[in-house]
Amino acid sequence: MNEELLRVSGLKKYFEMRKGIFSSPIYVRAVDNVSFSLGKGEAISLVGESGSGKTTLGKTLLRLYKPTEGQIMVKGKDITYVNTKELMWYRRVTSIIEQDPYGALPSFFTIYRILEEPLLIHKFGNSNERQKRICEVLEKVRLTPIEDFAQKYPHMLSGGQLQRVAIARALTLNPELVIADEPVSMLDASVRIEILTLLKELQETLGISFIYITHDLTTTKYFSERLFIMYAGKIVESGKMFEVIHNPQHPYTEALLKAIPDPDAENRKILRDIPPGEPPNLVNPPMGCRFHPRCPYKMDVCEKEEPLSFELEPEHISLCWLHNNRK
Amino acid sequence: MTSEGYEFTLKSTIKELLTYKSGIFGALFLILLLAISVYAIVALPYDETVRLWRGEGGVWLENPRNAQPYWLKYLGQNLPETIKRDSTQPELGGTVKIVTPIPQTDMKLARISFTFDFSYDGFPSEINIFFSAKYNGSAPLLNIYWVKPSGTEIRLLTYIPRSQEDKLYLSVNQQAANALSLYLNDVLGKSPSVPLPIEYSLFAVEDSSMNSSATAKPLKGTYRLYIDGTLFGKDSDIDVKLIVYGRVYGMAGTDNQRRDLTIALLWGTPIALAFGLTASVTITFLELLLATISGYYGGKIDSVIQRITEIYMILPFLPILIMVSTFYKLDLLVLILVVIALSIFGGGIKSTRALVMQIKEYPYIEAAKAYGASSKRIVFLYIIPKILPPVIPTLIASVPSYVFLEAALAILGLGIPNLPSWGKVINESFNAGALYKGYYYWVLEPAFMLILTALAFSFLGFALDKIVNPKLREV
Amino acid sequence: MKTLAENILECKNLVLHYSTRKGVVKAVNDVTFSLQKSESLALVGESGCGKSSLAKAIIRLLPRNIEKYSGQIFVNGQDTMTLSEKEFREEIRWKKISMVFQGAMNSLNPVLKVGYQVAEPLLIHEKMKKHKALEKAKEALSIVGIHESFVERYPFELSGGMKQRVVIAMALVTNPSILILDEPTSALDVITQANIMNLLKRLKKEMGLSYFFITHDIALSSELADKIAVMYAGEIQEIASADIFYKKAAHPYSQKLMASVPTLRIDKKPEFIVGSPPSLINPPSGCKFHPRCTLAFDKCTKESPPLSDLGSEHLVKCWLFEEHKEAERI
Repeated sequence: MNEELLRVSGLKKYFEMRKGIFSSPIYVRAVDNVSFSLGKGEAISLVGESGSGKTTLGKTLLRLYKPTEGQIMVKGKDITYVNTKELMWYRRVTSIIEQDPYGALPSFFTIYRILEEPLLIHKFGNSNERQKRICEVLEKVRLTPIEDFAQKYPHMLSGGQLQRVAIARALTLNPELVIADEPVSMLDASVRIEILTLLKELQETLGISFIYITHDLTTTKYFSERLFIMYAGKIVESGKMFEVIHNPQHPYTEALLKAIPDPDAENRKILRDIPPGEPPNLVNPPMGCRFHPRCPYKMDVCEKEEPLSFELEPEHISLCWLHNNRK
Repeated sequence: MTSEGYEFTLKSTIKELLTYKSGIFGALFLILLLAISVYAIVALPYDETVRLWRGEGGVWLENPRNAQPYWLKYLGQNLPETIKRDSTQPELGGTVKIVTPIPQTDMKLARISFTFDFSYDGFPSEINIFFSAKYNGSAPLLNIYWVKPSGTEIRLLTYIPRSQEDKLYLSVNQQAANALSLYLNDVLGKSPSVPLPIEYSLFAVEDSSMNSSATAKPLKGTYRLYIDGTLFGKDSDIDVKLIVYGRVYGMAGTDNQRRDLTIALLWGTPIALAFGLTASVTITFLELLLATISGYYGGKIDSVIQRITEIYMILPFLPILIMVSTFYKLDLLVLILVVIALSIFGGGIKSTRALVMQIKEYPYIEAAKAYGASSKRIVFLYIIPKILPPVIPTLIASVPSYVFLEAALAILGLGIPNLPSWGKVINESFNAGALYKGYYYWVLEPAFMLILTALAFSFLGFALDKIVNPKLREV
Repeated sequence: MKTLAENILECKNLVLHYSTRKGVVKAVNDVTFSLQKSESLALVGESGCGKSSLAKAIIRLLPRNIEKYSGQIFVNGQDTMTLSEKEFREEIRWKKISMVFQGAMNSLNPVLKVGYQVAEPLLIHEKMKKHKALEKAKEALSIVGIHESFVERYPFELSGGMKQRVVIAMALVTNPSILILDEPTSALDVITQANIMNLLKRLKKEMGLSYFFITHDIALSSELADKIAVMYAGEIQEIASADIFYKKAAHPYSQKLMASVPTLRIDKKPEFIVGSPPSLINPPSGCKFHPRCTLAFDKCTKESPPLSDLGSEHLVKCWLFEEHKEAERI
């Protein structure tokens, strides 16, 4: 394993909501006690449905939100509660790729200018050096001819092209960690594979640590070695991609896998065996295990106590009382 | 998908603007107004205009009072224009001046004769005679005669100028009035039921229609005024100027101080535009800045700015402005500053702030934070360019309000003292009872200019709004 | 060839063009297909290919800027295109054909109770008494798996999946025989989506419904499809039964689509399709797919291919299959 780039321990992010001036605040527990580590040059996929907290986790890791509790260590430095001013180095070392390609780029800047911004902010070289760098990244995301694209405005490009620009922008400062939040879910189905392939290539050739956040489990297969499943603010299962998909240990993962169809004519003849209900509200999640109201394997203890994290195989972790005996 | 399908470059905006009828009209009107402004500033320099409008040095003396615009004659009667005869300006024609010294005396005989044609359908408004006499001791003795085309000759009065430069207001001269009433008696066989104004007596057709001014009609033909005078002194001389004031003058007519209204209309344009645009642009930009800071930073700054805004919104703008204007003398610049000061925390802040709060959540703002952009950078480089396009139509459409504001202040008598603005003209016309006296053009012309300005900017504003706001766009 | 009587819905040469500032959008360009009773037809295609427009053309929910709207739509043998707007509204829409729109959960009226909204089609169409309509609404809700006490709730009190079920109940309350579903699960999470699919499968079986199911997700289409139609640039490029399509699609575009779908269980590297969907205002000449087709030849750039019949109701619009007989057209 490579050296560690990122280590997250007991990370919590709660959002405070006030119902009225006089009532006590309630909390949306978007990220509740998450721990994992990420190596240098390693790619992981974080899968969860909307409301699972995956986007919040990604953004908290980038310090776009201030964590409520816990610790984030990057390259040995503790960045959890550090002042934003002292985070400039972190901003250079990390990047985000947003979900909405149309909204992620300022509509009044040319592509060239959009890519120049991070360079300007971090005072990267002179005008020539910046130009060289911008051409480099445009080349990397295959938006050629460069002269053509550099002068265009975002509204002249398609969704796929815009996302390439976003990727280029994420690469301008040679980041060590890139977090992509649903980078292809707003793109046409036919473009998704193209962009994901590009991301994978770039991740590998540039040796960037990558967190790919998505709700589409199927695409993660092609992206990373490790898979993290998130439910109601917690990481309920994580492990090697192949292991988790073919040998899921957590009932939620199992349900997820059962629910996803592959194109098969027989599908219409069968009813899928999946739990009813929907992901819980993060303001008042269920007591004990958050999945227990929907879980087909529910036991008494599940209703009362939050399950511990059980390591089954090396690196295959599941947050479920079912594994209590095995330990 | 939040697809921003549009980018606002100047060229594409103008192109799209011209596809809307409101855009075309607005642009045309605006160009017209700008052309008028440029012409006004170039052809009539500021100092000159102020001087003229103050009426210094009797510059307006040769203009008729309350004359209508000349083009109204195409809509109605052929009203008289001003006829001028000047013995010092023989090129005007119809003037004969003969001065003969009387031998063996210091006296001279002077005979000055003015002839002119009068073929209008209406009576002159006023008749004045100006004397420019040169004498050492005694002023000349002048007998003034009037000859109508019918041949009737009337001895109007005997006049002795009171100074070297003297004016005789024939229309209100008692002697002449007496002479004429005898004349009327001859023609009518009795006194007219209502005393006939002197201009009417002098010009009317000689029959029973002379009984009242309502029925009198002007006698068309050649008229003659001649003066037989005796001058005293070897070096004495006399020059006379006759002005038969018409009822029409120029493109826009005149006001009760004989001032040519075209000056006011022309100069009112740059004043209105300057005031309106300056106020609108400055206020909009300052509001924009405040709204962005308020919306983006949130928290205490937001609360403070919003509370100040709310207080501002409740305070009555016009009354305060009137109060300020009453205590302090305002010129154009100070007025603009005061208006701006009283408006920057206006209601526009609320709506722009809402927009800012929306934009604040856009992914590109978050991405900017992720690559290290400071709040200041985000506010000025990322948010303001985004909220500018939606704000521009409001900016343009609010220009008329400020134009009307200046006009309103002027109408209330609190306008800028020296400059001839439209509001000023309306104010003066009201004070002079223009509508009661039938001088409609005096009120309608500046009003028309105000409306034209309002239309220009409103049309442009609406068209721009359709361009900028995709939901209003026509498919 | 099945007789007309067994086809519950049959479209022939359907055309729908919109006029916009930028030109005429040829959203539906001469579309022909048929749907049998209790059959489910999935319409797949990329976004912008005209799928939603086709749905709207069938149920006649047209915008104001129509340039052309022609063709024949046979419902139970009757050509609905000949009906007036009033007749269509009273006899067809929501009586024979209902529709579940894209993003329907967001089109529930937030200020009306759920029960009222489900009952509303009955109040309008059958002029039912309120309490009777409410009873029917409760029935419809229980059929979709929502407890009847929910008639008193407001939409904001419901979760995404429940709102989607409410919308399905609204579509079914008048007992239509055909249900058009336009991306019914696009905003839902995977497990809820599977639950809704289960519901739709059950309803089809129990109520004998015929589905016209529109989606861009090919894997999802296999959940309901007996037959698949592939749409591209406003035209139907291929229609085949599910058994054939998912294994041996004939049209090059269909093949590329199948190849681009990522699969969970099968180890296959998905391939992307080069290029992007064409503009519906200025579509390519000849076969609309030719600029992106690796098998294109000269004829493809010039002439638009006819629908060829490959047997067992497999129709393909491609010059590669020229030698097969042309599918019956009117």
